[in-house]
Parts: sequence; C-alpha cells; structure tokens
Amino acid sequence: MRHVHGWLLLTPAAILLVSFTHYPTIATVINSFFSKGNSVRPSRFIGLGNYEAMTQDPIFWKVLFNNMWFALGTIPTSIGLAIIMALAVNRAMPGRSFVRMAYFTPTILPMIAVANIWLFFYSPDIGLIDQITGWFGFSSHNWLGDPDTVLSSIIVMTVWKEAGFFMIFYLAALQHIPPELGEAAKLEGASRWYYFRRVVFPLLMPTTLFVLINAVLNSFKLVDHLFVLTKGGPDNASNLLLYYIFENAFSYFDTNYAATLTVVLLGLLAVMALVQFFVLDRRIHYR
Amino acid sequence: MSKPQMKSRSYTEILEIIGAWVLAVLWISPLLYAFWAAFHPSEYSTNFELLAPLTLDNFREALSQAPFLRYGINTFLLVTMLLAAQLVVGTLAAYAFARFRFFGSNVAFGLVLVQLMITPEILIVENYSTLAKLGFVDTITGIGLPYMASAFGIFLLRQAFKSTPKDLEDAARLEGCGLFGILMRVYVPLARPTYLAFGLVSISHHWNNFLWPLVITNSVETRPLTVGLGIFGAPESGVDWSIVSAATLLSVAPLLIAFLLFQRQFVQSFMYAGIK
Repeated sequence: MRHVHGWLLLTPAAILLVSFTHYPTIATVINSFFSKGNSVRPSRFIGLGNYEAMTQDPIFWKVLFNNMWFALGTIPTSIGLAIIMALAVNRAMPGRSFVRMAYFTPTILPMIAVANIWLFFYSPDIGLIDQITGWFGFSSHNWLGDPDTVLSSIIVMTVWKEAGFFMIFYLAALQHIPPELGEAAKLEGASRWYYFRRVVFPLLMPTTLFVLINAVLNSFKLVDHLFVLTKGGPDNASNLLLYYIFENAFSYFDTNYAATLTVVLLGLLAVMALVQFFVLDRRIHYR
Repeated sequence: MSKPQMKSRSYTEILEIIGAWVLAVLWISPLLYAFWAAFHPSEYSTNFELLAPLTLDNFREALSQAPFLRYGINTFLLVTMLLAAQLVVGTLAAYAFARFRFFGSNVAFGLVLVQLMITPEILIVENYSTLAKLGFVDTITGIGLPYMASAFGIFLLRQAFKSTPKDLEDAARLEGCGLFGILMRVYVPLARPTYLAFGLVSISHHWNNFLWPLVITNSVETRPLTVGLGIFGAPESGVDWSIVSAATLLSVAPLLIAFLLFQRQFVQSFMYAGIK
C-alpha cells in the first residue's frame, strides 16, 4: 500500500519533472545528432556532424574561453569580498544593520535592472565613469564597446551583484565559530591575521566550497545582463555559452546546433555535479 | 546590540569600521544613483547639485511609454500562481519521500535532484518546443510550467518533514487522521519556517527571472516586468537615462520595498535555504 501512496503523492512532481527536465535533456542529446532542417531538406541524422562543426566554430571556442575568464574574474573576487564583508559586519559597530543592508541589497535586484543602471556608468562620454575620469584629465573610453575592456566591465558589475549574496553564508558560518577560539588565540599572542589564516579561514572551508559551486553554476546560467549591455559584442568579446545557445536557437533558428552547444553545457554541469557529490558532500555536514 | 564603546576601541578597529562604512557607501551608491537620476530632470543626471529640482516626470514618462502597470500585474500573477503550484506539488512529493519508503524512492529522489543542476533555463530550446506543442507559448502558465516542480522546494520540505517527530504522526493517527489529515495537521504546520524560507526565495527568484520569460512571451498581456524592462532599456530604443532609471525603479520597487521591510526574514531565508 505504501508503494501506491508514495507514487500517487509523487505523480504531479514526477510528470512535471519528466516533461521539463528529463525529457528535454534527452531530447537535446538526440537533436544534437541531427542536421538543421528546412522546408526543402528535412532534418536528418548526421552522427557527430554538429560536433565536428562546433570544434571548428571559432565563436564556440571564444564563448567557452569567455565563460572561463568570466568565472575566473568574478568568483575569487566575489568570494574574497564576501569574506571581508562578513568579517566587517560580524561584530558590534555603529550602523551595523545599514552596512549589512548596503552589502546585501544588490542581490535582491534583477540582473536586468542592474545592467540598466550600470549601462549608464559605462557609456562613453556621458556615462558616470567617463565623467569622473574626465575630471582627472583622462580621455573618454567606450568601456563596453572595446573588446579589451568589455568582459572586465561585466565582471566588475557581476561582483557587485554577487558578493553580498555570498556574504550571508559566510556570516552564518562565522556565527558558528566558538568565540573561545578567538580568546585562546589572543592569549597565545597570535596576531589577528594569523588567527584568521590558521583558524577562521580553514573553518570557513565548507562554506567556501558551497559558495564556489554556486558561483560556478551562476557564471554559466546568468546571462541576462548581456541582453541589455552588449548582446555578446563587440565581435563576441563578451559572449557567453548560454547566450550563444540562445542566439543560435532564437536568432539563427538553428535548434540542432543550439542543442549541440547545450550538450556541452550539460556536460560541464555534470562535471560540477560529480565534483559536488564526491568532494563537497564528503566535507559538509550541517545536520 | 550593545552601545558602541569608543574608548575601548583600538585605532585599527576604528579604521576597520571606517573601511566597512566606505565599502557600504560604495556598494549602495549605484542604487542611490538610480534614485537620483529617476527623481531629477535629465540635465541633472550627471550634475549632482544638492538643490536640483525634484520631479516625478520621469516616472510619468516611463509609464506612458510602456505598460509597466500591466507588466507588474503579470509578474504578480506569475509569482503567486507559481508559488502556489510549487508548494502543492512540493509538499506532496516531499511527504512521499519523507514518510513512505516506496519502491524506487531512492532512484526517484536522485532524479528529482537532477533539476538542482539542470535548471530549466539551460533547456530553453527544448522546453520552448514542448510548450509550443502544448499550446502554452505566450501564456503566464507557460512561463511557470517548467518551474512548478521545484527540486529545491521538494528537498527543503523533505528535510523539514523528516525532522518532524514520528510520535506526533502516531498521535494524529490514533485521533483518526488519515494520510492527508496527518500531512495537513502535523507536517505542514510544523514546517512553517521552511515554507517561509522557500516562499521568499521563490518569489525573489521568479520576480527577477528573465531569460525563460523572454523566450516564451511575446505580448504585453503576458510579459513580466523584467522582460518589459529589458525591451524598454535596450540601447537602440534611445530612451533618456532618467526615464530608464525611473522604469528600473518601478520594476524593482515592490520587491525592494518588501525586502527593506522584512530584511531579517529575507536574509535568514536565503541563509537557511542555502545551508540546507
């Protein structure tokens, strides 16, 4: 009887998950083996043809490397800042709740709104950054129009958006560190930096791993800002994998190539899932 | 919070507190700037004169150029409908996993967790064609459907239900409660903090979600705020900065106000949801 009840309760969730997670995952893999069809030539099985085309597609390699640089640029910085922020607000000080609120607020804003605000900062001549650098005599710069600065500009904005989110996990972790440890370190004459490096930071390690996985996932899933800021340009200098998938599917209407690119993304996520399963879950025991 | 005791603070501590404040001001300034631009005429958007005249014209102009009120209603309908569906579907599934050791339950739970990694935004291409076949393109239900079964919600509720003492269930059974009665009278009320946490995380996530709603909607009647704002703010549309700022604030206002009012609950919910 409990088998029947169990499955009956699970049915609504199972139908939805199969339809919108499992079936599309499998369909994506199957579609990646078929050619792009049109009214004259229907789509047909071409084996690894799309994958061969992909390895020869310079834009694919570009977006993959962009994604890597984007992740490398955003993640260590936001984690570092998140730790600093958490340490800063984890003590009695005047205006503590304002400071915490200021750090956390960007998290609650949609990426689209954030991009709208920052678009103005980055725009050449009239933008805020150019106005400020102009006071110091620097010439104007098209931050988002220059392939050399566009990705860094987006990285800075993403760090602003994400650091406060990661801060709250560090704050939770810091509150679980027994204060006796700090007192003991003080009695032993350890400097605060030494205490942080040898005691606090190692104790924060599970949080860092958790935040790290989340940050890596975010760096692949969050491309909303590109729609407002750059549309992946100039010349794909800020294009990311998921945005390229979107372009192929909904601008070039090549759903089979989009499926092929999605398989790569699914593969990357699978690797992360394995890392999480074998590395993270061994070390984190909250309950 | 104890009163700050300035005397007992060392110089380094004071410097650190000043540093924390400087960072806080720096961090909040982009948002403050958006407020400045939205409430002042456009000639003051980079000209910070304290006595610059205040105006609501930018908001009026934004509202007249795009139906933000309608977008707001769409977003509201979306997040409420979606949360209701997520809670019903999630509660039933979590109950099954927490209290029925049914055939294949471990495998099924593993398959549920797949969605934590492969979230619907990654499968936009296939999900779009599925919804096109079902006739849900350009509907609010269509935006919500792929998210209605939330692996994250199922996971959180299962944890909560599992930590409910079995004795309570036995007591309820003796009182004559059926399976459904036990769920509604024992498990659901005791999991209230989990429902609150998941609810706040879900609302803020879907209020801000953009990519999938962009793909699946194409009319004013269904477009949520983020998509409306994304189209409005596109650089080629050539709208004034002050008006874009006003539109941006209009779109984030409901959630931002809710956040400022219930800051503690929001932060704790995110924390709670993340740590589980």
